[in-house]
Amino acid sequence: MSAVLRLQDVRKSFGGSEVLRGIDLDVAEHEVVALIGASGSGKSTLLRTINLLERVDDGRILLRDRDITDPREDADAIRARIGVVFQHYNLFPHLSVLDNVTLALRHVARVDRGHAEARGLELLARIGLADFARAFPDRLSGGQQQRAAIVRAIAGSPELLLLDEVTSALDPELVGEVLELVRELKADGTTIVMATHEMAFARDVADRVVFLDRGVIAEQGTPAQVFGAPREARTREFLARVL
Amino acid sequence: MNQTEARQPSELELERRAFRRRQGLRSVLISLASTLALAVVVWFTLINTPGWARVQQTFFDPEVFVAALPRVWDGFLLNLRVLLVAAVSVLVLSIAVAGIRTLRSPVFFPLRALATAYTDLFRGMPLIIVLFLVGFGIPGLIGSGGPRIPSEVLGTIAIVLVYSAYVSEVFRAGIEAVHPSQRLAARSLGLSHGKTMRLVVLPQAVRKVTPALMNDFVAMQKDVGLISVLGAVDAVRGAQIVTSQFYNFTPYVVAGLLFVLLALPLIRLTDWYTARLRAREQIGGIV
Repeated sequence: MSAVLRLQDVRKSFGGSEVLRGIDLDVAEHEVVALIGASGSGKSTLLRTINLLERVDDGRILLRDRDITDPREDADAIRARIGVVFQHYNLFPHLSVLDNVTLALRHVARVDRGHAEARGLELLARIGLADFARAFPDRLSGGQQQRAAIVRAIAGSPELLLLDEVTSALDPELVGEVLELVRELKADGTTIVMATHEMAFARDVADRVVFLDRGVIAEQGTPAQVFGAPREARTREFLARVL
Repeated sequence: MNQTEARQPSELELERRAFRRRQGLRSVLISLASTLALAVVVWFTLINTPGWARVQQTFFDPEVFVAALPRVWDGFLLNLRVLLVAAVSVLVLSIAVAGIRTLRSPVFFPLRALATAYTDLFRGMPLIIVLFLVGFGIPGLIGSGGPRIPSEVLGTIAIVLVYSAYVSEVFRAGIEAVHPSQRLAARSLGLSHGKTMRLVVLPQAVRKVTPALMNDFVAMQKDVGLISVLGAVDAVRGAQIVTSQFYNFTPYVVAGLLFVLLALPLIRLTDWYTARLRAREQIGGIV
């Protein structure tokens, strides 16, 4: 089976500190990969390099066997094929929820407004936010905003979805509704790479758990293996701290 | 559900409200009395100055006022036209300059340097000097054989050059004030740099700097009167002509009044908008 995403020896440093020190990772079609690790282990940076929001210092990233780190590639076109959801939602406060969701459809995919809004309303209805379509994001709760942000990211039917700590900024009682949506996306067959602090969720939803430690993949495997019988001492230490 | 509406305030709250009402009434009375007292003092000081009778005659002559109004009004219409054209041009030019100054790629260094030099130069130079440089420099460049450019057009160009430099800095401040995560989110959706600016950054930046923009617009409203130094027959020039006919300065007061009347609605609008922004950001606060 061919990989949707393939990272080969990806490296990135900021100033003098190496954040990613040679990451190799393959993500298969329909696979859900959870990145776990302490703050500063490189999870977010890794996601940002995949979406070309950061430039790699070395190594290659292949999206369906095409090297997207090649400077000759059109970065905007590639970003449009990869959805990203951020920790702090980053909805556009001056646009209605519906306009947030349809912005990329209208201006990147060049779908006409009528079709874009039909698609947007359908997605919002699915997550129970149809009534808020014309409202502005600040009227929504954190959980609703994050779900709207997820819908915005998948509106253009991306081939890959990146979730960067999507529940970290939420009150505990709002976490559930967001995780439920992620679970539904998995059921739809979405290929997902997610950085998360929700170990229970990672165990529940991920097909594979990847433990990052100081910029390298220290261990990876099925959730049962990584959480149940970690091979590495540092994995055990990390899990002991967070569980 | 509606219990709170039907509920009577407690004795304590009623007493507090009564106290606040008394306090409020007292401060209204005090401010009324002090305003009146100040007005009376100013008025008596003014009419008792030795030259008051002469000043009243040369600046506030009702007959000259009526006689000057049509001429000054005609000139004022030119000011309005100049203002309209200048305001639109300033918006376009200043957004362009601000946009160029926020480009980060090294490819744009020459453009960026040019934009920086432009804002530095025209923010530093007095408007009156720019008016002379443009008003006499451009016709000089064209030479006597070329077409004659009306002085109000040259004046408008000078005003646009100076004000765009100021306003572009206002826009730049607004653009920088939009959180970088907004740009990140827009780019992550595949929007280009230009579309990110147009659809996400600029609309938010404009909201942030609207009070400052309105302030600059008020300033420009009166500076359009300076085109008279190039010989354009606007309100100020019109007033000057009538003044020389009557040997009386009342026409200038007429022109001044017209400018104030033009500015007032916008000043009030700015105040209202600023108050609304403040109210929205401080929900429920009393300080």
